[in-house]
Amino acid sequence: MTAARREALWGFFFISPWLIGFLLFSIFPILSVFYLGFTKYTVLQPPQWIGLDNYIEMFTADRLYFTSLYNTAYYIALRVPSWIVIGLFLAMLLNRDIRGVTIFRTAFYLPTIIPLVASSVIWLLLLNPQVGLLNSGLRQFGIVAPNWLRDPTWAKPAIVALGVWQLGQTMMIFLAGLQEIPQQLYEAAEIDGANRIQQFFAVTLPMMTPTIYFNTVTGVIAAFQVFGPAFIMTGGGPVNSTLFNVLYLYRQGFQFLRMGYASAMAVVLFLLVLVLTVIIVRTSDKWVRYERI
Amino acid sequence: MNWVAVIIMLPLAIVWVMPLVLMISTSLKDQAQIFEPSRLVPDPVLWSNYPRALFGFLPFPTFFKNSLIISVAVVIGDVLSASFVAYGFARLRFPGRDFLFLVLLSTMMIPFAVRMIPLFLVFKQLNWINTFFPLTVPSFFGTPLFIFLVRQFYLSIPQELTEVARVDGASEIRIWWSVMLPLTRPAMAVVAILAFQQSWNDFLAPLIYLNKPDMFTATLGLYTLIGGLDAVQPWQYLMAATLVTILPVVILFFAAQRYFIQGVSVSGVKG
Repeated sequence: MTAARREALWGFFFISPWLIGFLLFSIFPILSVFYLGFTKYTVLQPPQWIGLDNYIEMFTADRLYFTSLYNTAYYIALRVPSWIVIGLFLAMLLNRDIRGVTIFRTAFYLPTIIPLVASSVIWLLLLNPQVGLLNSGLRQFGIVAPNWLRDPTWAKPAIVALGVWQLGQTMMIFLAGLQEIPQQLYEAAEIDGANRIQQFFAVTLPMMTPTIYFNTVTGVIAAFQVFGPAFIMTGGGPVNSTLFNVLYLYRQGFQFLRMGYASAMAVVLFLLVLVLTVIIVRTSDKWVRYERI
Repeated sequence: MNWVAVIIMLPLAIVWVMPLVLMISTSLKDQAQIFEPSRLVPDPVLWSNYPRALFGFLPFPTFFKNSLIISVAVVIGDVLSASFVAYGFARLRFPGRDFLFLVLLSTMMIPFAVRMIPLFLVFKQLNWINTFFPLTVPSFFGTPLFIFLVRQFYLSIPQELTEVARVDGASEIRIWWSVMLPLTRPAMAVVAILAFQQSWNDFLAPLIYLNKPDMFTATLGLYTLIGGLDAVQPWQYLMAATLVTILPVVILFFAAQRYFIQGVSVSGVKG
């Protein structure tokens, strides 16, 4: 056996756990979900082939499905830009030589590390109209605040706000990105007479585009999967205003035991995430700056 | 200029930690003071809310034990598998390696919700529902994010170190175990911490796989404690249970902040 061949065999040996896991826990489930999407399956009886019926129902008869897509699109459209803008803003503030800056970093990052169930329960209290801190605070200023989570207009923004509170990961990735920008670039810009704002647009923003790009892709994929806060705080209500796509999928699959229909929803979810990612990747060469200086 | 940054950050930081302050404050209040949310320092301070919250309604000690068993198993699985698989991707050449690594990276993008129905059905077929196996076994096959993290660390270790061992006739397993592992302890720490946190915080997977209360995890127990959405909540007990549920990850965060931040930063510089 040649040395190269030996090395290749060892290589496959080392990656074999992942390769097996990939086939078992990724490839097999994805192929099955495509198959199950064409069936009627209630777990009690074996799956029954019904062709495109699930998809026809989804796109022609099931209005809640469209509601769930709309709610998810709304959530993504608000949360992802908020994460990018506020996350970058906070990271720039934290990227300074200030004594005690780690205390601020911890304050902004802490909400991100706690379980979603815990943050949802805390926000349930925070937003409660009788005993919540937010409404009692607003009352001091004479503002009569709505019953956030029981108001169809406000429930979605409230869940977005909880998402924005947990932007720590995005912020930390921005902070790491900012720390990689060479200081000479700012010095050069300063010699050219650029003020702070000009420096931001001439140096910081272009140098941060790869990080913004990364955070946009991961942010969209994460936001697509919003489930916990709605499941815990609102149960999808009021009047389905927080019925997000994954929540509806869970409900169809595990509460109504319509595994076939839920699988068809999963197929569309998979394709939507794929298409959205491809769109962002394809347009990235127009605005992402790759060369590192 | 720095004081401007502090003046901007200070109110924002207060807003950010306020929900957590509210949690601590409420967890120590009596029933009457629940209705005075702006009173942040409770009087009297009711420590007795904690034993009541943890023993009085649901068996939280059991939930914590379950969460601990699952999280420790996941940590062991992820640390072993990530370092093992990453060695193959970082140190050995084989046909299709770069393509397979790309495949590994792209699987990170597949939402759990897409796979959850077939996975549930498979685990049901295996009679693994209401066991911890669906939550722990997959970690022994490697989690893409962690494999990626360890690979980045491996790439920074000079090739000469492994070459010397290879010339001495050490097998690849030996090189991985006695040369690479000791050199990459920080990477193992990052993986262990992130794996623990993700496993402890997980909600959707335990929700699907566990439905017997004595198998519940801490997050599932906390969810159950809420009861009906429009029910009048026993806020002081709910907040006490919440605080205890988040405590392990918060302690871990403060004890190992450096590793947390390292892990997040490395995962961001994919380029």
